[in-house]
Amino acid sequence: MSDARSLSDIKSELAAQVQQVMTRYPTTRSAIMPALDLAQQKYGGVDGLTYQAVAELLDVPEIWVFEVASFYSLYDRAATGRHHIRLCTNLPCLLRGAEALMRHLQQRLAVGPGETTGDGRFTLSAVECLGACELAPVLMANRQYHGDLTAAKLDALLASLADQPAEEMS
Amino acid sequence: MSEQVLLKNIDDPNGHKIETYEASGGYQGLRIVLRDFSPDEVIEEVKSANLRGRGGAGFPTGLKWGFVPKDSPLPRYLCCNADEGEPGTFKDRILMERDPHQLIEGMVIAAYAIGCRTAYLYIRGEYHLSIDHCQQAIAAAHARGYLGANILDSDHSLEIHIHKGAGAYICGEETAMLESIEGRRGLPKLKPPFPAVAGLYDCPTVVNNVETLACLPHLFRRGGEWFASIGPDHSPGPKLFGLSGQLKRPGLYELPMGMALGEMLEVHGGGALTGKFKAAIPGGVSAPMFPRSAFDVKMDFSSLAAAGSMLGSAGVIGLDETASIPVVARRITEFFSHESCGKCTPCREGLTWAAKILRRIEAGQGQVGDVDQLEMLCGGIFGNSFCALGDGAAWALGAALKHFRPEFDALITAQSQAG
Repeated sequence: MSDARSLSDIKSELAAQVQQVMTRYPTTRSAIMPALDLAQQKYGGVDGLTYQAVAELLDVPEIWVFEVASFYSLYDRAATGRHHIRLCTNLPCLLRGAEALMRHLQQRLAVGPGETTGDGRFTLSAVECLGACELAPVLMANRQYHGDLTAAKLDALLASLADQPAEEMS
Repeated sequence: MSEQVLLKNIDDPNGHKIETYEASGGYQGLRIVLRDFSPDEVIEEVKSANLRGRGGAGFPTGLKWGFVPKDSPLPRYLCCNADEGEPGTFKDRILMERDPHQLIEGMVIAAYAIGCRTAYLYIRGEYHLSIDHCQQAIAAAHARGYLGANILDSDHSLEIHIHKGAGAYICGEETAMLESIEGRRGLPKLKPPFPAVAGLYDCPTVVNNVETLACLPHLFRRGGEWFASIGPDHSPGPKLFGLSGQLKRPGLYELPMGMALGEMLEVHGGGALTGKFKAAIPGGVSAPMFPRSAFDVKMDFSSLAAAGSMLGSAGVIGLDETASIPVVARRITEFFSHESCGKCTPCREGLTWAAKILRRIEAGQGQVGDVDQLEMLCGGIFGNSFCALGDGAAWALGAALKHFRPEFDALITAQSQAG
């Protein structure tokens, strides 16, 4: 998140890329989603200061930015851990054991879906279809898909991530 | 195995590179179009080849293009719907990751047909590799003169911009997707007006699916007659089927339409995990399921519609004998309830209540009359919302109740006897 930064810091850090994104569209409003995405990649999430910065850079009302940020589930409006694990729980994954894998992850991480571990390493989410049903059961860890999951594969994945710094965000 | 057209480079680790694509005939279709066809002739060729949209509805692509008004002074837009999110569907992701130039070339051809100079490619935000490979493909196509100003020295110019989605199934609905590109929440709009008349920025707009557009280079390189000769007359052309669920060989398969559902599951999907299927969903979870007794249904747009379901996104989900239909119905209904945008009351409230009742039945607290209540809710949701999300949800749940009512009743009876 953008805690330690001021509004003007955020604006100046995002300005060049936001300007570039604006050239793709005939209206500035269309650049709200890409601008939020840029902010999230830089700061790991979005918050009130981000909305204000994006609104001022695009010269649109701040409420337009907030209503977009609060509609789409991939914008992290709360702090997340260094690694975000999104386990698909939709039908094709459910049919191949996703519920047991979710219980396993909850036990290993001692958190429920939507929660972050106390040490800030992991956020666990139950998500809808990731569009990789041929690999079911499947999860997304940061930007990477992992499929044909078993409890043993989950353990190996958690171990490999535990020591790693976060990959590029979002 | 039948000829692989869309998947021919899919196992090549360099399949996403322009050199691989060109070496296998890539961008030849575009050259032919720009040399030999007027935009109207492109539309006519696509009509006579009878290409039908691969996104879900199976609407004839040439007809859709023909709705764009010829005399409008406004800019025209092409939007590619790559917001793949229908559970059981992964075909567009694999196309974009492994052979994205088919899509880029298809977009250039479609844009030429409708007179569009700016196109948007709306890719769901989770598809990082698809986004990376499409971005690289756009840059490579630019460098070789297939994109940008005066493509291959013609009068046709086009820029393609990627617009990244951010986790909303509803944005796969075309009017919601256009709202999203405009920088708003993805709430569907009432039609008419249809996007062809007043779409993106209120300008004439065509929205086509990834696989639909990826068919175009092949259609023009090899001709509309060749295209129409694959599969049944009413549903021709190469087609991708995503097989998933409780079957032995899940994966993406290119097969002619018209194959029996049972053959697809047994021969290509390798059969059920437990050896015997109970049911299957033919086209993503919106498509009503079939019990095994109906597995001779043919997998094409018209046959599935006649049988009371749809080809949809052609995401085929196998359910074996261990699957509990009430659990399957609960999970599908929860999904639609979660993804309902909330704009229309029947969809928002009806699905919330349907999911509650299904959870209650599963948890051992089902009541006599619950199944009738669910059927009543399905009737109240269907046809009473702006977009097809609620329709699909009610349709899918209704089929589970119709074909497997004894499974629901047994759960409820066991509970009332225990109580």
